[in-house]
Amino acid sequence: MIQPDSSCAVTVNGISVRVPPGASVAAALVAAGTLCTRRSVTGQMRFAFCGIGQCQECRVSIDGQPHRLACRTSCKEGMHIVTGGEG
Amino acid sequence: MKLHIIGSGPAGLAAAEAGLAAGAQVCLIDDNPAPGGQIWRGGPGAWTDPRARALWEQVKDHPRLTQLQTAQVVGAVAPGSLLLENETGGTLVQFERLIVCSGAREVVLPFPGWTLPGVTGAGGLQALIKGGMAVRGRQVVVAGSGPLLLATAATALAAGARIEAIVEHQGLSRLSRFGFGLALRHPGKLRQAVSLFAALRGIPYLAAGQIVEARGPDALQRVVVRTPRAVREFACDFLAAGFGLSPNTDLGQLLGCAIAGGAIEADQRQRTSVQHVWAAGECTGIGGVDKALIEGRIAALDALGLAPTARELSVRRQCHDFSALLARSFALRPSLKDMCRPETIVCRCEDVTASALGPHGGWREAKLATRVGMGACQGKTCSAACSFLFDWTGPGARMPIMPASAGALSQIE
Repeated sequence: MIQPDSSCAVTVNGISVRVPPGASVAAALVAAGTLCTRRSVTGQMRFAFCGIGQCQECRVSIDGQPHRLACRTSCKEGMHIVTGGEG
Repeated sequence: MKLHIIGSGPAGLAAAEAGLAAGAQVCLIDDNPAPGGQIWRGGPGAWTDPRARALWEQVKDHPRLTQLQTAQVVGAVAPGSLLLENETGGTLVQFERLIVCSGAREVVLPFPGWTLPGVTGAGGLQALIKGGMAVRGRQVVVAGSGPLLLATAATALAAGARIEAIVEHQGLSRLSRFGFGLALRHPGKLRQAVSLFAALRGIPYLAAGQIVEARGPDALQRVVVRTPRAVREFACDFLAAGFGLSPNTDLGQLLGCAIAGGAIEADQRQRTSVQHVWAAGECTGIGGVDKALIEGRIAALDALGLAPTARELSVRRQCHDFSALLARSFALRPSLKDMCRPETIVCRCEDVTASALGPHGGWREAKLATRVGMGACQGKTCSAACSFLFDWTGPGARMPIMPASAGALSQIE
């Protein structure tokens, strides 16, 4: 759940951003100005599409774990998010 | 008596409330971090629907409730056994009575540029905003077909976005017939529609409109749409493009439930064709929150050997009547196939274009030759598009129904 009166800090490709607690990783990417989650098999930039964990377009790396869904993962204090992964 | 419920959206919460009130043990399983499903997404702190709050109040601290959040159903392993995966790994869950409330997926159809970052489903954008994605001051175009376009526009507007246009593919005559149907049989729904339109006053609403293309280069910058009168171009940061919803029947199929008209078949007590398995909500047919609430309640009552009241059955009939009106009014028109050009990507996972798919005779043949549907989404996005574009019968569901780790799968003996 989102409480606008407090926030948590995460990094997106090394850039630190603050988001409301409970905000999705996809929300953190947009807050960091990154509209790219992964690169497609032909190298195109992609971003979250279905928003509900079905299309798999929003796969990013979170704290070293690849293929986590940005739309369905909640931000936690100190999370390191890396985008632009292939495949 | 113990009930397992898959999904904690309106149907799942209504089933849980009815089950607990009738004295059952309830295990509520959901793949999201917070309850509410898609319509009540964002968790209890973000809910505005009083029905969501009322249900959650009855359910949340109940001593006979077990809740498994962030638990993805990977598949049905054996009769009465499901494999779940969460952050810590895989778990087998045994059930006696199961209520499937697996919801729906958005139908998304390919058009040039639909893979650009910034293009989302219509419900997709709504879900992302409910998940805290900031759109304040951003330009948004909502396009496609169906009532979800209005709801998405309203959500984006309330979050501070500038809605440039709402583009609805159905023409005014079909839309007015829908409005007339609402007025005649569903006055509550008509009031909702009227209040949505009122909230969106001043925003261009283009009926009989169609997306021509979304333009980049690397991320969305503009969208071109065509109406019977003109071709128009809008600058935008987000294009929310949706063409309706389709029941998510994956788990139902794995359990062996009969599927009819693309939905899990359920009788008026929400029984599926499989003994001890009930289904409720959007997975039995698209009809919205009211249908989900009554079906969830009836499913839980029947699973516990209790009969619904005549009034409850009448509410259910009314909801199904609305569901049929919705399906009639917003059936996808063949002209939407024109959006997809030969060079347009259809399978987003494997970057397979329409021209690569066209020569094949069916889903299986195309899959073997082009890798369509063989990526991470397992055809969840492109199989509906291929069914519409090429009249192919899509794939059946198979284990695992979602990407799963080898560790989780190793739980299967």
